[in-house]
Amino acid sequence: MNLLEKLDAAAAARKAMLPEGVGAFGIPIEEVYTATEARIGNRRVLLLGTNNYLGLTFSPECIQAAHKALDEEGTGTTGSRMANGSYHGHRALEREFADFYGCGSGIVFTTGYQANLGTISGLVGRGDTVLIDGDSHASIFDGCILSGAEIIRFKHNDMADMEKRLRRLGDRTETTLIIVEGIYSMLGDQAPLADIVELKNKYRCTLLLDEAHSLGVLGETGQGLVEKTGLQKEVDFITGTFSKSLCSIGGFCVSNHPQLDQLRYVSHPYIFTASPSPATIASTRAALQLLREGSHLRKQLWENCTQLYNRLAEIGYQLGPEPGPVIAAILDSPKQALQIWQRLLEKNIYVNLILPPAAPDGKSLVRCSVNAAHTTEQMTYVGDSFAKLYHEVLQS
Amino acid sequence: MTDNSYNEIIELLCDRLSSLADSEVSITAETNLISELSIDSVKLLNLIMEIEDAFDISIPINALADVQTVHELASLISKIKSAS
Repeated sequence: MNLLEKLDAAAAARKAMLPEGVGAFGIPIEEVYTATEARIGNRRVLLLGTNNYLGLTFSPECIQAAHKALDEEGTGTTGSRMANGSYHGHRALEREFADFYGCGSGIVFTTGYQANLGTISGLVGRGDTVLIDGDSHASIFDGCILSGAEIIRFKHNDMADMEKRLRRLGDRTETTLIIVEGIYSMLGDQAPLADIVELKNKYRCTLLLDEAHSLGVLGETGQGLVEKTGLQKEVDFITGTFSKSLCSIGGFCVSNHPQLDQLRYVSHPYIFTASPSPATIASTRAALQLLREGSHLRKQLWENCTQLYNRLAEIGYQLGPEPGPVIAAILDSPKQALQIWQRLLEKNIYVNLILPPAAPDGKSLVRCSVNAAHTTEQMTYVGDSFAKLYHEVLQS
Repeated sequence: MTDNSYNEIIELLCDRLSSLADSEVSITAETNLISELSIDSVKLLNLIMEIEDAFDISIPINALADVQTVHELASLISKIKSAS
């Protein structure tokens, strides 16, 4: 099989799962109206397939800041920070993230994916070990691969399995980086951080926490799981993305370890890429300010999450173990998931379809991402639609 | 690595793989895990976890990239077991 035939085989496998004409992946969105509504084809749809958790995509403060940066600094930086230099905004945003987490320093990356790639591959290398959760995001897994470290996987959120694997490492635990996530993107559940910290200390490892989905969502000021659990001083490195609650694109890492700054000189995903554009940095800075002051947004978000989670559980859907902004209905077969996804779109509701092998344990998911801008009426409509489909698809 | 431990691993692998595989393929040390057995990646990862517990070892995911046959998996397990 030559290179192109391999792609043909992958395309055939995809077509076998999705009937012709069903564009569930990378669906064309023709127009975006608000944080909760857009046009797909000829339909005005309710958006439940974005990660706009605080609903800030149309925030006037962010848009104004981006406009000003465009006018004053142009459209792009045209190169890497290492070669072309760091703009004022890059350095300011790094200080603001460090201040937000009460850390000594911070680094901004061009994407959230690169934040994990760059941090992990800068911290560990050949001869070191990474211990990662079985449900880790691809950016974590790819960062580990790039690093050359040995990758050991523990069962998702299973502390007994994690400890067993730490014990097996023997004296190699001191060169082991544990990586977990604040909220996991598939089922929306949170890492048992207190237990993880206990094991990290017992086995003298280093701990990295990815707050991609929990930033803005958990904790009084929105730091994430680290704030909710009060364990800021126990986590060595925190990474996160700008592309969810902060509504732009980019990523960060903060730490109290002064060695963090050294990543700028060893991390290829930081060095060999163009830095974030001035408009991106400006809107992110404005969004970070709104996030820090956004306890009312978090309150609304959690009301929406709880309403939808409880409704779907009451209907009978199998869900992740706890409510959160990611609410996934777990279906036994891709066919069921596809039917529900299609029927929801017919009811003008856009959610995410996740099929094996992307979903854990060979299951299929219909995943909703709730945000603070959704109204109670919208959540009720979504719940009612899921209720009808439960009877029509799963009980027929 | 003793011959016995290698044989013990092969025996366990063949036994577990035959219960997971959809086809009626006779499983030997030279059987290709991906092309000859209809085992998806989820089942394979679960099998690896089961094997890890049986031998009290952890198999690095990146080491699995070089594994294609039952023999190669058994050799990897044996190598990790003797180093632990």
